[in-house]
Amino acid sequence: MKPAPFDYHAPQHLKEAAELLASLPNAKILAGGQSLVPMMNFRYVIVDHLVDLGGIDDLRGIAVGDGRLRIGAMMRQRDLEFSPEIARHCPLMSEALHHVGHRQTRNRGTIGGSLAHADPAAELPAVCAVYDAVVHIASIRGLRAVPFAEFTTGYMATALEPDEMIAAIELSLWRNGHGYGFHEFARRHGDFALAGAAALLDIGADNVVRRAALALFGVAEQPARLDAAEATLTGKVLDSTAIQTAAAAAWLVEPISDIHAGGDYRRHLAQVLSARALTDAARRAGVDL
Amino acid sequence: MSKRATRISVNGKSHARVVDARLTLADFLRHELGLTGTHLGCEHGVCGACTVLVDGRSARSCLMFAVQANGSEVTTVEGLTPDDGLSVLQQAFVDNHGLQCGFCTPGMLITLTELLRENDDPSEDEVREVLTGNLCRCTGYAGIVAAALDAAKRLRGGPGS
Amino acid sequence: MGAKHFGARVKRLEDPALLSGRGRFVDDVKLPGVLHACFVRSQHAHAMVRSIDSETALSLPGVHAVLTADDLPEPMRRMPMPMLLPNPAIAVSRTQTVLARDEVYYVGQPVALVIADSRYIAEDAAAAVDVAYDVCAAVGDCRDAIRDGAPRAHSDLDTNIAARFPLAYGDVDAAFAKAAHVFTEVLWQHRGGGMAIETRAVLANHDPVTDVLTVWSGTQTPHLGRGMLADLLGRSVESIRFIAPDVGGGFGPKAIFYPEEAVIPAAAQKIGRPVKWIEDRREHFLCATQERDQYWDVSIAVDAGGRILGVRGRMLHDSGAFVPWGIILPYIAAVTVPGPYVVPAFHLETIVALTNKVPTTPVRGAGRPQAVFAMERLLDRVARELQIDRAEVRRRNFIKPEQMPYAVGLLFRDGKPLVYDSGDYPKGQDAALKLANYATFRERQRKALDEGRLIGIGIGNYVEGTGLGPFEGVTVRVLPSGKVAVATGATHQGQGTRTTLSQIVAEQVGCRLEDIVMTIGDTGAIAQGVGAFASRQAVNAGCSAHYAGQAVRKRIITLAARALGVNENDIELEDGMAIATTGNKPTIPFGELARMAQGIPGVSLPAGQAAGLEQTAYYAPSQAAYCSGTHVAEVEVDHMTGGVKIVKYTVAHDSGRVINPIIVDGQVQGGVAHGIGNALLEWMQYDANAQPLTTTFADYMMPMAPDVPTCAIAHVETANPLNPLGVKGAGEGGTIPAPAAIISAIEDALSPFNVHFAATPLTPERIVAALRAAGAYEKMFAA
Repeated sequence: MKPAPFDYHAPQHLKEAAELLASLPNAKILAGGQSLVPMMNFRYVIVDHLVDLGGIDDLRGIAVGDGRLRIGAMMRQRDLEFSPEIARHCPLMSEALHHVGHRQTRNRGTIGGSLAHADPAAELPAVCAVYDAVVHIASIRGLRAVPFAEFTTGYMATALEPDEMIAAIELSLWRNGHGYGFHEFARRHGDFALAGAAALLDIGADNVVRRAALALFGVAEQPARLDAAEATLTGKVLDSTAIQTAAAAAWLVEPISDIHAGGDYRRHLAQVLSARALTDAARRAGVDL
Repeated sequence: MSKRATRISVNGKSHARVVDARLTLADFLRHELGLTGTHLGCEHGVCGACTVLVDGRSARSCLMFAVQANGSEVTTVEGLTPDDGLSVLQQAFVDNHGLQCGFCTPGMLITLTELLRENDDPSEDEVREVLTGNLCRCTGYAGIVAAALDAAKRLRGGPGS
Repeated sequence: MGAKHFGARVKRLEDPALLSGRGRFVDDVKLPGVLHACFVRSQHAHAMVRSIDSETALSLPGVHAVLTADDLPEPMRRMPMPMLLPNPAIAVSRTQTVLARDEVYYVGQPVALVIADSRYIAEDAAAAVDVAYDVCAAVGDCRDAIRDGAPRAHSDLDTNIAARFPLAYGDVDAAFAKAAHVFTEVLWQHRGGGMAIETRAVLANHDPVTDVLTVWSGTQTPHLGRGMLADLLGRSVESIRFIAPDVGGGFGPKAIFYPEEAVIPAAAQKIGRPVKWIEDRREHFLCATQERDQYWDVSIAVDAGGRILGVRGRMLHDSGAFVPWGIILPYIAAVTVPGPYVVPAFHLETIVALTNKVPTTPVRGAGRPQAVFAMERLLDRVARELQIDRAEVRRRNFIKPEQMPYAVGLLFRDGKPLVYDSGDYPKGQDAALKLANYATFRERQRKALDEGRLIGIGIGNYVEGTGLGPFEGVTVRVLPSGKVAVATGATHQGQGTRTTLSQIVAEQVGCRLEDIVMTIGDTGAIAQGVGAFASRQAVNAGCSAHYAGQAVRKRIITLAARALGVNENDIELEDGMAIATTGNKPTIPFGELARMAQGIPGVSLPAGQAAGLEQTAYYAPSQAAYCSGTHVAEVEVDHMTGGVKIVKYTVAHDSGRVINPIIVDGQVQGGVAHGIGNALLEWMQYDANAQPLTTTFADYMMPMAPDVPTCAIAHVETANPLNPLGVKGAGEGGTIPAPAAIISAIEDALSPFNVHFAATPLTPERIVAALRAAGAYEKMFAA
């Protein structure tokens, strides 16, 4: 299974990369390659020009400030997995990363690549969804910022134009001590999730929920924030019943159905995993259920 | 360009070659350099038979192009093998029946080498989890896991090692 | 005198080379001037081939040839591949032509061959070969295949039924009529594959000077391959050398002869350069043979105490588009049903259907997992309905050791009456249950339930006919250097052939293990051979090694006695030296004896001395050697997600006397991994038009390290009385009863919900669906 022929480009600067993407026909970005190269080897994807972003320093780095965490698009998942800043400010992402593929794929795979590929079962997009991430996109036209809710547009589709690349992802940080929960169900460890839930809870006095965020992945064509579930929790006292009610709302998502799992099973899992994620988030926020 | 000049260091030896852009790192190692210890089992990044170290980190060489390894240091199973005899990890595989057909074995050794460099006392669950990136169809994994734990013990220099 | 090497835990001789990356698999073999091949394959499950246009493909730089059926030599141009296992029950004895001519019958069937400077270019060219098809209706499910009005898998046949055969003994109608209880199970086991990590591979080179065609192939059966190729090329077998080098896993699919193994050598011969074809994983999913895909409808008749009076039913077997190995697979499945139990009356009707899928041939277990699944599910049903413990109901029905040898009442596939030579089934089950702490399980289950955890336990028993004929050969030859050269037609895909045969030879000949130089799987090294399948090599090659070694031992002793001037019974052999035990104990090394045995030109050999110091033995077993075992699986089920974890897996294993316990345990453990895959994960799926849906490792789920616990293994050794070593085969026992034990355990874990399972793979989704239907989720999630 060898790929079709292509020309290879390895720009050293963002500007050069943007110019290549704008001028070369049928050009694709090579980030980690863990999703793209298998498709090229199968010849599901035929690429005439491959633009390798691996040499561009501007696309790396982690910076914290102003209640935000900014991650360069070419940061390898493995570096994020063991980053002290991520562990401190976005523990949900550290947790989620243990489930992303396997050691070898995390060594090469990037956060930008995961978001751009937009596999509905991917973990990182769901983490970005609950943290209200902003995706910073670069092209020869300059930079633009897209809120995550507008970034994924459908099944493996994003707001990226053919000549655009993700430069950085910025997460809005939650208060120190916020609760987080992450559960997914996959056939084997590291497999694509059949369903998964990512939850954040900010609990105030008397166990009242100040803020809640719950996103599903693997269930629908794109990661889904469960606004209905969040609404049932916000401003209310958090207890098991509240969690079960919120989790029940997961049934409302329009599920995918394929050879790995049917729609009803995914919705069922969505409910179960939402409840588990919220329960973990509650416990971590110090609530005794 | 569809052909590119590259310089890749493999097992400590530098190789300058002009290669097709689409030549995978796995094929470069196997056919350009004749290092046939790295194997191809799926070419879509699941089986792990092609695993090598690139700048010290395990990677699926079927999912990298040789041109991407320009300027990098690659280690293959041949590079894990001492000039005379076997490494501690390789000997542990012999002692614990960690291989049968041997086709997945080089990939296993690379993955476990990375693990043991970072974690000198992994639990059985940790070993099994890191091995999810490597499929074996012969052994049922028991001997591989036993070899990894045995090698860890020996490398720590503990009692009974 | 105790055995020195036989039965010892000898570390494998194969390991150092394989560990240091010095294995020699087909793709590692380098021939100067080699060209690379890529097949053009049908993307339709059933179609007529109208035309093949290679013009564009041939115009690509680096492309040397595009071959179609008409470019092949006779007779392979037109001749269907030989069918090795004829049987009068086969009404449609059809095999494929090596390249499709007018009609294609499954997705992936080879239609043309591209040869180019590299595989990369060959794939470019293959994509440019324009094949025009008229698509026909395809039959994708064997149940549809046998219905009236079903599309024809082969357009020229008026049936999709390739074979039909009953197997029966005793009066089954009477048994059912008088039975206290009759229970029926409708069961299904999916399609799956051996899925070795190394795909298939063929490298061929024709030497125009000697006219020898040398073929390296990732095969389990090089001698069979040589014979098939000789027939297809119209060549003598002597002009073909077929070599199986290191092979990365076999498990059955590599035992059959494939079209590619004929086309690549034909291409090399035609083009005059070596040609190499390395299968990629996608091709392997499409074209390597698969197994299971059987539908069973079986009933059991028992008395009030749960003792079996009779078993009857029907089995529908999906053969795929052809019958390359006849009806071996469904036949083995059918005769395996009685297993270790006394079944006084039996009747099974088997129908073998053709569908437009790649053919089914034996994969580890070879039909037995399906049969064991049927019988064990029936017994679990008896236990459940009559409220008898599952181990107890089995105990009541076991064939007792004093009944050995036990004639089941059927003919086995080796053509002989199915007679179990030895075995102690009650002892095996007891050993497994003890090791699994079965007696205390109910208490552990109750405690777990209090903690909100669902755990379950299940049992599976099996009997397996191994060591099948016709024969295998081993040559033992002492060289003047002192080394002992051994050649065998047996092959190696991971089962440690070199180590086990070395142990046997060293035991007999009295040399050191490291003095043995072995050639495995090379038709140039030994005249006749069969190869690896049906767990046959330990018996066949093992006994040949024993007899050959024994004969060489005798000759060494005779020569040494003469050379040292002592009596033959005053000679001992150790570590390659013959030592006199009398006088001043002179010694002579084997190498010198080998030189003596060559004689002197022009001079007659002493009376009674044979030429050379070698012997070739071909052991031919009189019948199969019957292994048995018991598996006990303990699982934990997450009833909310349907997730299953195998917590503990216990095996009691009887494969007769054991040559190397390390290797046997490795085979059991490895077999269990396949069994777990079959039970929970692996499923080769096709759509209604016979289009394969699972063609990557992302879709076809292989067991990974966290999925396969390390088994606890108890050894029971009932020596095979029919061969001098007392050995039986060990390669498949780990797989055979695993699905039965695991599904039983899951059902047991979920007994509070009273759900029943009769199909594999038992996926989490199926578990949740069953639980939902049983009302398990009614009180949750006010949705």
